[in-house]
Amino acid sequence: MPEHPIVEIRNVSFGYDPARPVLRDIDLAIARGSVVGIMGQSGCGKTTLLRVIMGALAPTRGEARVLGHATRSLDRDGLYAMRRKMGMLFQFGALFTDLSVFENVAFPMREHGRLPEELVHDLVMLKLQAVGLRGAAHLRPTELSGGMARRVALARSIALDPHLILYDEPFTGLDPISFGVIVRLIRELNDSLGATSVIVTHDVQEALGVVDYVHFMADGRVIAQGTPDDIRASPHPFVNQFVNGRPDGPVPFHYPAPEYGADLAAA
Amino acid sequence: MPRLDALRGQLERLGAAASSQVWRLGYASRFLGYLVLHSGTALRRFRLTVAEIYFAGVLSLVIILVSGLFVGMVLGLQGYETLQRFGASESLGVLVALSLVRELGPVVAGLLFASRAGSAITAEIGLMKATEQLSAMEMMAVDPVARVVAPRFWGGVISMPLLAALFSAMGVFGGYLVGVQLIGVDPGAFWSQMQAAVDVRNDILNGVYKSVVFGIAVTWIAVFEGYDAVPTAEGVSRATTRTVVTSSLAILALDFVMTALMFTGTEK
Amino acid sequence: MNRSAIDLWVGVFVVIGFVALIFLALRVGNLASFSAGQTYQIQAKFSNIGGLKVRGPVKSAGVVVGRVVDIRFDNETYEAVVLMDIEQSYQFPRDTTAKILTSGILGEQYIGLEAGGDAKMLATGERLRLTQSAVVLENLISQFLFNKAAEEKPAAK
Repeated sequence: MPEHPIVEIRNVSFGYDPARPVLRDIDLAIARGSVVGIMGQSGCGKTTLLRVIMGALAPTRGEARVLGHATRSLDRDGLYAMRRKMGMLFQFGALFTDLSVFENVAFPMREHGRLPEELVHDLVMLKLQAVGLRGAAHLRPTELSGGMARRVALARSIALDPHLILYDEPFTGLDPISFGVIVRLIRELNDSLGATSVIVTHDVQEALGVVDYVHFMADGRVIAQGTPDDIRASPHPFVNQFVNGRPDGPVPFHYPAPEYGADLAAA
Repeated sequence: MPRLDALRGQLERLGAAASSQVWRLGYASRFLGYLVLHSGTALRRFRLTVAEIYFAGVLSLVIILVSGLFVGMVLGLQGYETLQRFGASESLGVLVALSLVRELGPVVAGLLFASRAGSAITAEIGLMKATEQLSAMEMMAVDPVARVVAPRFWGGVISMPLLAALFSAMGVFGGYLVGVQLIGVDPGAFWSQMQAAVDVRNDILNGVYKSVVFGIAVTWIAVFEGYDAVPTAEGVSRATTRTVVTSSLAILALDFVMTALMFTGTEK
Repeated sequence: MNRSAIDLWVGVFVVIGFVALIFLALRVGNLASFSAGQTYQIQAKFSNIGGLKVRGPVKSAGVVVGRVVDIRFDNETYEAVVLMDIEQSYQFPRDTTAKILTSGILGEQYIGLEAGGDAKMLATGERLRLTQSAVVLENLISQFLFNKAAEEKPAAK
């Protein structure tokens, strides 16, 4: 357990329906300044865990402490105050389609500060320069490619210099070049802002190349954790199948079905 | 008995559907309450609401004005056709004006507003929900209800009475065009009988009250359906359909209630 | 669509909306004909008001001089009490007669005032002494039949 973790999840369980928990007894901590990956198969609960960290969901059991506050104890204003120190990159960017690139990045600055427009302009240019899209400031989100949209969304999520940046499936659907860009940006921004980054993804090989620490989830539980090398060498059969991309193993190739011969005869 | 079971099953489903609708109405009412309470941003940053008045009101002008004109012209034709059989063709102005100001103005303008602006509002909010724009706003500590939903609500509420008045005015003009210019009813009789029979308080003001109520109902339904939509393409399309259907039914039902309250039982 | 264009169009929209409302109120409705003029109130009692309604006109020599504002029932004299607002510029003598007349043959009913000769004029709150009630169709018919029967009787003798 790192000292003074920025996020602490203690015995957290959660389920939309109490009879079917999505998260079972999760215990993990995230150290300040690190880039951490939360990985697993689709439906293992990693996005739900991200929502718990965000404060959008309250755990049905256990406690989630983020930036020093227990999320459950926060009221709406407290939650909003906490979120001003966080940034989140949504899966496909979630840019505001009625605003330009510039206005999208300026949005959090304008909504929260009484900064003069010249300062806002310079800050927006700064953020766009950091992601390499300063020249695209006048474009509209519909004119951007997927990779560019995600970079703009990244610029928007760091607009207020957050302490904690959350990434929901940042590598989905990217071509190799955009991919390389995002990977570089995650690392650079984290280090230059002195922030902590949490990446939820199932792109194993790529993520293992950028994170410092991994929490591996399956079926609502954390089944393995460690550095990328630990994970690559993990003896756990499921982790092994996942990391090496084997089609058959603890997660079977065949969906449960009646006996083959019986099914053919029935037709 | 399988037949009785099937019947019971149907009744249970009906009961469940009814109670879920009632529950939904309660949820929608709470949503409206929250919306009104958090309308500070929409009113302080009036620019946002002005933009929504543009999208709901100004962009509906063409359909409202053209429809108003045609409805008025049809009233002129049909009205003359019937009135002249009783030798009462000089009362054409009365017929056209009262029909429009009391009923057709608020109701037809309301129905057109629901299908043009109401569906657009639902689709917009629903799509923002589906593309996670509302969640992104929440994550940036901006309340999406205050920032996105409330301006659209007030934009619609402000636009609707103006559109209804424009519809009625265009309709009267259309009736005048057909009755006086085309058919040849005496213009003096047309306007003077109309002015004698149409009362500002009873008829026109009541029509305005109706349009305000319809505006609130339609815009409330539109923003709620959008906000509550299932965040998929199919969900948004279903929400849009629901907005148009529910708004139209609400307008017609409210019209009956308000007409019964306002236009009957005033005899003394 | 830039901001100033949107503002312009919304401004135009609101303006024409209000113009439409004013058009309806003045040209279509009766706001212009009976607006905030000074009025004084007088009353009259009738044994039968027929189909007279509140907001019905009060005319003299065929010209609208006021409106009926309230119709009440006097439970002691069992008569109808009609209150009307008359425009301040029209003064009537104290012995003016108020009759309930019908517009056309089957039209709406209104109050017709016929001026008397008294030198003193009516003041606010005063009551018209001379009234003639509405003609009720059933009474007219039964009277007609009664007269007819009375005519036939001497002839039959």
